Amino acid sequence: MAEAVLRIFRGTREGGEPVEYRVPVATGMVVLDALHYVQKHQAPDLAVRWNCKAGKCGSCSAEVNGRPRLTCKTRMDTLPQDKPITIFPMKAFPVIKDLVTDVSWNYKVNKKIPPFQPRKGVEWKMYQPDIDRVQEFRKCIECFLCQNVCHVLRDHGKQEEFGGPRFFVRVAGLEMHPLDGLSRTSLLKDELGLGLCNITKCCTEVCPEGIRITDNAIIPLKERVVDEFYDPLLRLVRKIRNAGKPAPE
Amino acid sequence: MAALGQAHVEGTPQGDAWWIQVIPVIVGLGGFGVYATFRAFEGAYFQWGPYLSPFYSPLIDVHHHYWPFSPALLILAAPLGFPITCYYYRKAYYRAFFLDPPGCAVPEKTGRRYGGETKFPFILQNAHRYFMYLAVVFLSFLWYDAVRSFFFENGFGIGVGSIVLLVNIILLTLYLFSCHSLRHLLGGKLDCFSCVNFGGPRHSSWRGLSAMNEHHMLFAWMSLLSVGFADFYVRLVSSGAIRDLRLL
Repeated sequence: MAEAVLRIFRGTREGGEPVEYRVPVATGMVVLDALHYVQKHQAPDLAVRWNCKAGKCGSCSAEVNGRPRLTCKTRMDTLPQDKPITIFPMKAFPVIKDLVTDVSWNYKVNKKIPPFQPRKGVEWKMYQPDIDRVQEFRKCIECFLCQNVCHVLRDHGKQEEFGGPRFFVRVAGLEMHPLDGLSRTSLLKDELGLGLCNITKCCTEVCPEGIRITDNAIIPLKERVVDEFYDPLLRLVRKIRNAGKPAPE
Repeated sequence: MAALGQAHVEGTPQGDAWWIQVIPVIVGLGGFGVYATFRAFEGAYFQWGPYLSPFYSPLIDVHHHYWPFSPALLILAAPLGFPITCYYYRKAYYRAFFLDPPGCAVPEKTGRRYGGETKFPFILQNAHRYFMYLAVVFLSFLWYDAVRSFFFENGFGIGVGSIVLLVNIILLTLYLFSCHSLRHLLGGKLDCFSCVNFGGPRHSSWRGLSAMNEHHMLFAWMSLLSVGFADFYVRLVSSGAIRDLRLL
């Protein structure tokens, strides 16, 4: 049976180093299987977060050969076996132990987003063409690979000012919902820092659900922010339309 | 605030030659930029028979009554603003020329102030839709030029140049119709298609443009090459380097 060498990061937030393990490679094996093999036979204290092993829970995110991936969806036979396969925790989040990272920052960002709020007097009826777009965004499994690969978070450390692709997807799902009545464009511009995204599409490249994050969520949201804040013609049109109307309370 | 993570990841992804994606962009965009600048300033060999170079269309003050320099300089900023602020090209040149980032999960130079598209000059990218409106105007001139290229002194005919200009304008039209801003304008900005007048046609057009939008990168590159080639062809014929082949 063929054998692969895994270089797995072992350590905590304070420090650590990659440790090599040899693993027999079976047909159809994925990286998570290899990690389980190491856990069972060589390092029972290896920390790995996982749950469904079916690419749906979003728990087993890591960096395999430097590329953010779900370890349960990365087949061993797609990786070069002639050199060690590196498996590191996600770089954008603090390590708790080995491959397990603390992703709680994401939940704090999530709390900033006002939830679905129906329009006043809305009829609870939706047509398929109106929710096609939103359904794509509902596929997100919150693996946070997009957050991890985004250079605004990963390299520039803008966690204070930037929400990240995952939350642009969430806001897009709410903003484009046919029954939602709330505008979140100010939130996008000022608190979630949409303008910091320079649309390099890495989030789309790593999304295991194939959501076209940049084209279908981020860019349409950028266009909505332009409508609201950067388009002088639209501003004029709004002014003319609202002239004579009583100011909102 | 420093990155939440830690500097444990070793250099670039193992075996991931990120520069393979970057080099063609540098060569393609850089080469086009140099050639377009040279041609814009050259001010010669832009017209032959019914053919007009796309860099010089519409032709303004060709006899230098009011403008002593190349006529291309009068108009080129407007059509160039469209690709410069285009969402696809932004990705391409941020990666290739600014290395921001050079590739996905490839470490980049940190420590400098990163403002994304929130500060000058990149905040001007928000004007993309205005360049799109201008591009529609310029596209109509180029369609006129393409049709006119089939009418020679002795009547209707087809030359290689006619085909080159026609293919060019078709590719430019595909590039424009796959634009993110146009998609937004025609339907993307609506939350509920079934709640507005003409919601059905707007949904259909939004769907059609979305399908084209998936190929925006392809159309961007093909149209860039075709514009450059169309101008190059007109220059060759106009300067007498080659003779235009008449097919009909």
